[in-house]
Amino acid sequence: MKRNILLLSGALLLSGCSENWGWYVVDPRTPNGLANLKFMMTGAYNTILMSLMAILISVIVGLLIALPGLSSKPYYRAINRTYVEVVRAVPILVLILWVYYGLPQLTGLTLNVFWAGVFALALSDSAFQAEIFRGGIQSISRGQYEAAQSISLNYRDTMRFVILPQAIRRILPALGNQLVYMLKMSSLVSVIGMQELTRKANELVVTEYRPLEIYTILVLEYLLLILILSAGVRWLEQRMNAAY
Amino acid sequence: MKSALISIQKVSKRYDRFLALDDVSLEVNAGEKVVICGPSGSGKSTLIRCINRLETHDSGEIIVDGLRLSNDKHVLEKIRGHCGMVFQQFNLFPHLSVLENLTLGPRRALGLDEKAANEQAMRYLERVKIPDQAHKFPGQLSGGQQQRVAIARSLCMQPRIMLFDEPTSALDPEMIAEVLEVMSELASDGMTMIVVTHEMGFARRVADKMVFMDQGQIVEVGPTEQVFEAPKSERFAAFIQQILNH
Repeated sequence: MKRNILLLSGALLLSGCSENWGWYVVDPRTPNGLANLKFMMTGAYNTILMSLMAILISVIVGLLIALPGLSSKPYYRAINRTYVEVVRAVPILVLILWVYYGLPQLTGLTLNVFWAGVFALALSDSAFQAEIFRGGIQSISRGQYEAAQSISLNYRDTMRFVILPQAIRRILPALGNQLVYMLKMSSLVSVIGMQELTRKANELVVTEYRPLEIYTILVLEYLLLILILSAGVRWLEQRMNAAY
Repeated sequence: MKSALISIQKVSKRYDRFLALDDVSLEVNAGEKVVICGPSGSGKSTLIRCINRLETHDSGEIIVDGLRLSNDKHVLEKIRGHCGMVFQQFNLFPHLSVLENLTLGPRRALGLDEKAANEQAMRYLERVKIPDQAHKFPGQLSGGQQQRVAIARSLCMQPRIMLFDEPTSALDPEMIAEVLEVMSELASDGMTMIVVTHEMGFARRVADKMVFMDQGQIVEVGPTEQVFEAPKSERFAAFIQQILNH
């Protein structure tokens, strides 16, 4: 029954739309369609580069923010809490606009679109990374710290060789999630003119008047990128956990 | 007068309202083997964890090899360097191979190079009779093997004192013997040892001095034979009866 309804509605949708589909705009068999497709794909480079830069920075900043959150000193913990609560409360889009239009007025420092985007994405994500790291590090048993102390390791070595390698294995699924999230949120940087996937699609829609087909391709582009990404994260998870 | 290697003077420790250590004093000489026993919650683990400051004591003083235990980083580093510690739950590093578990401390804290650290590690693995497991991970070993690796890991730091915190309590019965055997050999090599355990057979064979704790206090202390043959306190006598008859 369920299946019949699905088939019926699918058929209705296709037949109802059949007159209106205009796949020619992205048909690789025609010169124009091929050119349009190529134009859309050129945004992938910026989307990927921007997301990777942002995640790299946000992981490092997130870790640096997470560490004081684990301290026994209330003052250090307050730094962590304030950062996380404030940054987490700002919508990414607002942060992007603020960094691109507001920050230059505040500091006199002008960031180009790419770095403004990376900065805003990284800043926003770092608060989440900090929480992920804090949770991951806290999940390591006290015995591991005590064992490290008993063989005279200092704080840095304890973190570097004992705690973080174990914590990272545990938070890898969460990090993968953030990576996917970041890749999707990078589409928002199109509003300040970043030439990435979404911006390219928007520009094409304006010239071709075919939003349905072009945005469908856009959806598929993100889908493909993210499927590749999650396969990569899964591979990494398996590799890192192989030893246990 | 010969000064003790470890001197614990009037040490107290409180968790909120619970008095874990109540005015405890104990001296341990170089080469001496001390077994501490007592019911759970009696403060025996807390006492040995205070010696390398995994717990901080509230009052009194602890002197290890002439150094007074304090929050001073250098003093603490030295004292921890003198004291090896073996835990109930082994606490091996699960993401590192057995060999890496053994060489991490020597390489990072003692500054040994890889070759020297590996050679030393293999020597100690032979001593605890599992040289063939060097490249396995802790998760692939039995409990008894893991605890022997943990003992070897401590020995690699060249400690003068070994602290054992219920080393066989998390082990299946058939694995207890292999760990106790390694510990006995260590004792006959002249290592200074403080062992928290309920293994009374081991205590009678190996210990020079017995300590019985209850409710944060040392209730009975003395040469092993004397304590077993003629316990002064009723509580210890009752405890021994319970353990032997269970």
